[in-house]
Amino acid sequence: MTSVATKMDSLARPAQRRGLSDLGIRNLFIIPTVLFLIVFNIFPLIYSLGYSFTDFSASANAPANFVGLRNYRELLGDENIWANFVITAKYVIISVSGQMIVGFGLALLLNRTFPMKGLVTTLLLLPMMMSAAVVGLFWKLLYDPSWGIINYALGLGDFAWLSNPDAALFAIAITDIWMWAPFVMLLSLAGLSAVPKYLYEAAAIDRAGTWYTFRRITLPLVAPILLIALIFRTMEAFKTFDIAYIMSTQPTTEVIAIRLYKQAFQQWDTGKSCALAYIVLIMVLAITNIYVKYLNKVKER
Amino acid sequence: MRKNLKLLLAGAAFTLAGAASAHAEDLTIFWAEWDPANYLQELVNEYAAESGDTITVETTPWSDFQTKTFAEFNAHGDAYDMVVGDSQWLGAGATQGHYVDLTDFFNANKLNDVMAPATVKYYAEYPGGSGKYWAIPLEGDAVGWAYRKDWFEDPKEKEAFKAKYGYDLAIPETYAQLRDIAEFFYRPDEKKYGVAIYTDNSYDAMAMGVESAIFSYGGELGDYATYKVDGIINSKEAVAGLEMYKELYKFTPPGWGKTFFIEDNQAITEGLSAMSMNFFAFFPPLVNKSTNPNADVTGFFANPAGPDGKRFAALGGQGISIVSYSKKQEASKKFLEWFIKDSTQKRWAELGGYTASQAVLKSPEFQNATPYNKAFYDTMFMVKDFWATPEYAEILDQFNQNIYPYVVGNKGTAQEALDKTAKDWTATFNKYNRYSN
Repeated sequence: MTSVATKMDSLARPAQRRGLSDLGIRNLFIIPTVLFLIVFNIFPLIYSLGYSFTDFSASANAPANFVGLRNYRELLGDENIWANFVITAKYVIISVSGQMIVGFGLALLLNRTFPMKGLVTTLLLLPMMMSAAVVGLFWKLLYDPSWGIINYALGLGDFAWLSNPDAALFAIAITDIWMWAPFVMLLSLAGLSAVPKYLYEAAAIDRAGTWYTFRRITLPLVAPILLIALIFRTMEAFKTFDIAYIMSTQPTTEVIAIRLYKQAFQQWDTGKSCALAYIVLIMVLAITNIYVKYLNKVKER
Repeated sequence: MRKNLKLLLAGAAFTLAGAASAHAEDLTIFWAEWDPANYLQELVNEYAAESGDTITVETTPWSDFQTKTFAEFNAHGDAYDMVVGDSQWLGAGATQGHYVDLTDFFNANKLNDVMAPATVKYYAEYPGGSGKYWAIPLEGDAVGWAYRKDWFEDPKEKEAFKAKYGYDLAIPETYAQLRDIAEFFYRPDEKKYGVAIYTDNSYDAMAMGVESAIFSYGGELGDYATYKVDGIINSKEAVAGLEMYKELYKFTPPGWGKTFFIEDNQAITEGLSAMSMNFFAFFPPLVNKSTNPNADVTGFFANPAGPDGKRFAALGGQGISIVSYSKKQEASKKFLEWFIKDSTQKRWAELGGYTASQAVLKSPEFQNATPYNKAFYDTMFMVKDFWATPEYAEILDQFNQNIYPYVVGNKGTAQEALDKTAKDWTATFNKYNRYSN
């Protein structure tokens, strides 16, 4: 469709054959995108904000009644919801810090020339190309106490990772680390290869130690890109749903997105779910804002 | 090229128009993904040959059966003409206008006398005792048990069991015996375990297992007519039932924290456990040698009694309802008329479906058709069901949230879990003004 339109345009005005004018780009790409965003993002966003102040249920035929801030008050006063937030926070901290450490570590290891570097890097990137549902199902098998390979390899006997209320969240976080550490690795690798070589040469001439070089040259120069990875991963981890939903039904692994899903699509408590979604949105925005502020500071240095 | 395409489209349009003029309809039945749905597809193929209407049975995994159905209902979509819905959905289906009222159809065909009483009560009528019907009982089902006959009949085991417990090792008559047998066969060092039970809390699996124990112990989930729950769901009997369920969890294979029918059947096929709880409709693979290497030595029994001799089991199964947003309601009714015929019900049972027709259930052919049909027949006259109110999904979630940490997570006591359940349920019923009248 688009290509046809482009062709027609250029045929009609041979003078502009070289490329599209700014106006053409606007009409062809930007306006549809903005329209799309308005219809599918902005409009539902505002609409659901309205619903969050009502007792609307999508499954009932009753009209929505305005209830003011009741939904928000009930949610913020509900100890179960707070428990979900605590679980989510734990999960974000474990999984994101794990990803940063593993991902950055891998990037440091890969940041040199060795045979078949391309192949190794590609293989390491495979986990993040898989569907989260598939990853969850596979790791469920790997963790299985009766025939899973993890307990067999580690000699853990029949330690039940996913049935143990305390271990389950870690088990899911480990899966998430496995899946997304490559993403951090990829970004870090880009950052590392952008560090000018002459800085290291200068450091070597000044006989700076490895740790000193790392702390004073590598880390500060890679920091902005690491922070970007951190922002992305925190946002994603905060809204984790698929892996956790597939791997375990422990109440100790019920992250906020699962609670939201149950409330919205199993109980059809639409008004309250909208309110909860808004609370989550505000939290994510707040955390991201802190990061972005910090990122700007780091960049200024 | 383009011309060809046009011709093709025109042809297709003609075919469609032709089909419409012959009044043959394409109907869609929505159900969960399991063997009975395949049997139903075979059955409706026979209807297609007779009537010219084609019917497709569309399925989705159990875990999102409810979500998908209600998403379609709430959008007032006509993708499904009929749905074989869970018994708990009746309240929502009836009061929220998703199901077509089948009361006249029901009475005209005297289905009250044709179908087994429990199936009419739980699959068709809402509110209870109102005489209004929203579904035709299609698949009867209830919780039963499979066990390893060879382990039970091994003379050495029998002797050791008698020495330890003072009575003979046999099919358990009571939950206490079931517990003893589970403990007896629980040998982690031999990779043998006592019992497999439901623990999945993402839908109703665990609730079905727990309520089976609670009912047999003489407990109830509440008064379904008055919505009174405090003093009922947390009664002495209900607490004892939940405690027994937790006791059984001790003797399950390792990692038994998110299990439903697949895992419970695996417990038998993989030779993991001596006994396994499951809905009867999931038993066919257990008597099939290609899916169960232990098929020859697998036996079945009905849910055991509690300490007072009371004996009940959780009801599964579904009725078939016509979706009120369907544009083919007349054709759907025609199909239901065919479906309730005695000959169809007989054929349904032959194909492997669990008919609710009393005549078929009572026939010796049916009871001897499989090793578990007799146990099924016994069970269908002692079933009880979960709440069927429109807000049942909330009730179920609260139940799960309270009992799961106790049974699997070893947190708190049964009394605390059920007290909290009573509190949560009362609050929910209050929210929906159930106590106002």
